[in-house]
Amino acid sequence: MSYRHTIGVRTYQFADLKALLVRASPLRAGDVLAGVAAATYEERVAAQYALADVPLRNFLSETLVPYEQDEVTRLIIDTHDAGAFAPLAHFTVGELRDWLVSDAADGLTLAALAAGLTPEMVAAVSKLLRNQELIAVARRIEVVTRFRNTLGLRGHLATRLQPNHPTDDLRGIAASLVDGLLYGSGDAVLGINPATDNVRVLSDLLRMLDGVRQQYEIPTQTCVLCHVTTTLDLIGRGAPVDLAFQSIAGTEAANRSFGISLSLLQEAWEATLALGRGTLGHNVMYFETGQGSALSANAHHGLDQQTCEARAYAVARHYRPLLVNSVVGFIGPEYLYDGKQIIRAALEDHFCGKLLGLPMGVDVCYTNHAEADQDDMDNLLTLLGVAGCNFIMGVPGADDIMLGYQSTSFHDALYLRRVLGLRPAPEFAAWLAQQGIFDESGRQLPATAAQLLKQLPPALRP
Amino acid sequence: MPDLPELAAANSAPDPWASLNSFTAARIALGRSGTSVPLREALAFKLAHAHARDAVYSVLDNAQLMNELLELQLPLVQVHSRAATRQEYLQRPDLGRQLAEDSRAQLMGQAAGGRDLVVVLADGLSATAVNSHVLPLLRLLVPALRQASFQLGPLVLAEQARVALGDEVGHLLQARLVLVLIGERPGLSAPDSLGAYFTHGPQPGLTDEARNCVSNIRPEGLGYEAAAAKLFFLLAEARRRQLSGVRLKDDFGLLAEGSKS
Repeated sequence: MSYRHTIGVRTYQFADLKALLVRASPLRAGDVLAGVAAATYEERVAAQYALADVPLRNFLSETLVPYEQDEVTRLIIDTHDAGAFAPLAHFTVGELRDWLVSDAADGLTLAALAAGLTPEMVAAVSKLLRNQELIAVARRIEVVTRFRNTLGLRGHLATRLQPNHPTDDLRGIAASLVDGLLYGSGDAVLGINPATDNVRVLSDLLRMLDGVRQQYEIPTQTCVLCHVTTTLDLIGRGAPVDLAFQSIAGTEAANRSFGISLSLLQEAWEATLALGRGTLGHNVMYFETGQGSALSANAHHGLDQQTCEARAYAVARHYRPLLVNSVVGFIGPEYLYDGKQIIRAALEDHFCGKLLGLPMGVDVCYTNHAEADQDDMDNLLTLLGVAGCNFIMGVPGADDIMLGYQSTSFHDALYLRRVLGLRPAPEFAAWLAQQGIFDESGRQLPATAAQLLKQLPPALRP
Repeated sequence: MPDLPELAAANSAPDPWASLNSFTAARIALGRSGTSVPLREALAFKLAHAHARDAVYSVLDNAQLMNELLELQLPLVQVHSRAATRQEYLQRPDLGRQLAEDSRAQLMGQAAGGRDLVVVLADGLSATAVNSHVLPLLRLLVPALRQASFQLGPLVLAEQARVALGDEVGHLLQARLVLVLIGERPGLSAPDSLGAYFTHGPQPGLTDEARNCVSNIRPEGLGYEAAAAKLFFLLAEARRRQLSGVRLKDDFGLLAEGSKS
C-alpha cells in the first residue's frame, strides 16, 4: 500500500513501506550512493510524518524483502513472538516513539517486548528519535551475557583487546596483548583479526591466546576472528575455540556474499556449544555488523542501510551471542561520510541492537579517508558510555597496524571508566586487582606493581 | 586565595615493558598521565594522521610526471573520471570507476590492436604514492617487459580514479592486460603506499575476483626491485595463461581484497 503526507500545497507520496523508510532515514552517504535517499530536507520530514502514522502491524504483513526470496525475512516473520507483541499491537510507529521516551518504558518492560519487535519496526522508530533519545532509551536496557565472565551489567564497560599484527607474528601479537592486559583491557574477549586464513597459523594463534589466558588465569574468553567455515575446521582439528566469530548482514544475498547462510551459522553455533568451554554461561557467538555491508554486496533490495543493519540483528539474536558489535566507521566514507554520520549511525546501531535484546558493543572507529578524527571518536565514545554500551575495542594507541584504521585505545577505556564511574566485568575487575594492575576502586596502579611483568608469556621470553 | 606550592611535573615516562616495542610496530608501552596518552605520543599520532589526511587530498603532479616519464619513451595520455571533486570521489566510488565523456572520446580515438599491456597511473587515495614511486618502479618494469616482447600501449594518467577505471581504459585501448598503479588508502604508518592491480581481458563491470593485487609498494614496504620482479613474473604468467583473478590467485595467493574480517 502507498503512504502520503501533505505539507502546504505539496503532497508527498511514497509507493510502499520500503520507500517510506528509505526517505525517512537521516541523511548519509550510503543511501545517496544507493540512490534511495530523500531528495530534499522537506521530503525527509514528510516521510517521517507519514512513517509516524504507520501501524506497527503493517510491518508484519508488508515485508520489505520478499518472504519467498530471503531467509532473513523468513527468520524474522517465523520467529516473531505474537504474545510479546500483543501489548504494542495497537501502536503506530509514532505512538511507539512517544511511549519509548516516556517514563513507562522501563528496562524490564523493554526486555519483555524485545521478542515482539521486528528489526524493521525498531529501525522505523529510530528514524523518529534524536540522538539524545537513542541514548536515553538504550540506557534503560540491560543485556547480560556470560561465558567465563559476566558482561553487560549496568555500570560496567568491557573491552575487546585487539592485538593485531600485519603478519600475524606471535611475538608481536603477544607484546600488544601484554600491553593491553596491563592497561586493564580484554574482559569482553581477547580477539585477533588475523592477516591470513591459513588454518595452521590460526591454530597457533588460538593456542597462544589460550596459553596466556590459562597461565595468568584470566577470567575471559579468546577468539581468532576468521570465517565460520574456518572455525569449524579449527574445531575439527581440536584447536581451543571459545567463540565462533562471523561478520553478518541483513539480507540473504548479502550473507551469501560473506559465504554464509543461517544453516551454516546454526552448524557453527552447535559445534561451538558442544565444546562446553564456558564456565559461567553458554553464549558462544561473536558477530560483527556494519551499515553499508548489504549495499557493498549489491544486496540491499532498495532498502536504506540502517534498516538493512537492523535486520542483521535479527540474524544475530537467533544464536544468543556473547558479543555483537557494529564496526560503524570501518566501511568508509561512501557509506558514512563524516564524524556526524558515524556518530548518528553508531547510536542507531546501539539502540536498535539493545531494543532487540542484543549485547551491543561498538567499534568506535574511522578510516583515514573519512572526514573524522580523534575528537569525533571522543564524542562518540562518551555518548556510548552514557548510552550503556556493553563493550568497545582496545587497540594499542588506537592505531590498528594490521587493518589500517583507527579505533579506541586502552587509554580511551580508562578515560571512559573514570569519567562515568564504569567498571570492567566483575570477575575481570577482581583479577585486575589481584594482579596489581588496578586498585580496588578501579584505578590503574603504577605499572611496576603488576604480577604479570614478573613472568612474561613464553612467546616473549628471550 | 591560598598560595599553591610549585607543582610537580606529571610523570609520563614510557612503561617499564617498553622493550617489547622491538616485537611490534604497534603503539605499545606509551605510558600515561592520568588516563591520557602522554603529549609526545599524542602529537606523534596526530602527525601521522595529518600525513594520511594530506595524502588523501594530494593531487597528481602532472607536469612533473609527464616530464619524468618521457624517458620511458611511451605516449602519455591524461584522463579524468566522472567524479568532479575529491568530496564527490570519496562519496561516489561508482563515479570514480567511470571515465568522463571527453576522456572516453579521447581514448576511443587511440584504439589500436596488438597491445599486450596498458599501464594506468591513478591517484586513488594517495596521489603522493604515485608522485613518489611510479617512476622508480616503471624504470625497472618497462625494460623487462620490452625484453619479453610485451607490446605496450600509452601510459595513462588518471585523476579521481578508482581501480576499476583501468578496466574501461584497457577495454577502449584494446589491451590484453591492464595494470593500474594506484595510491592505496593511507594508513597511519604509511601515507604513500602504492598498489598494483592487473586484469586480463579488461572490460567495464568486472569485480575484484577478476583481478590480482600486489600492494604496499614503497621503499619501506615492498621495495621497487622486488615489486617489479613480482609484477613482471605475474604479468608474464597472466599473458601466457590468458587469465587473471581467482584462478591466478590459487597459485600465487594474490587476489585483490580488503575487509575487516
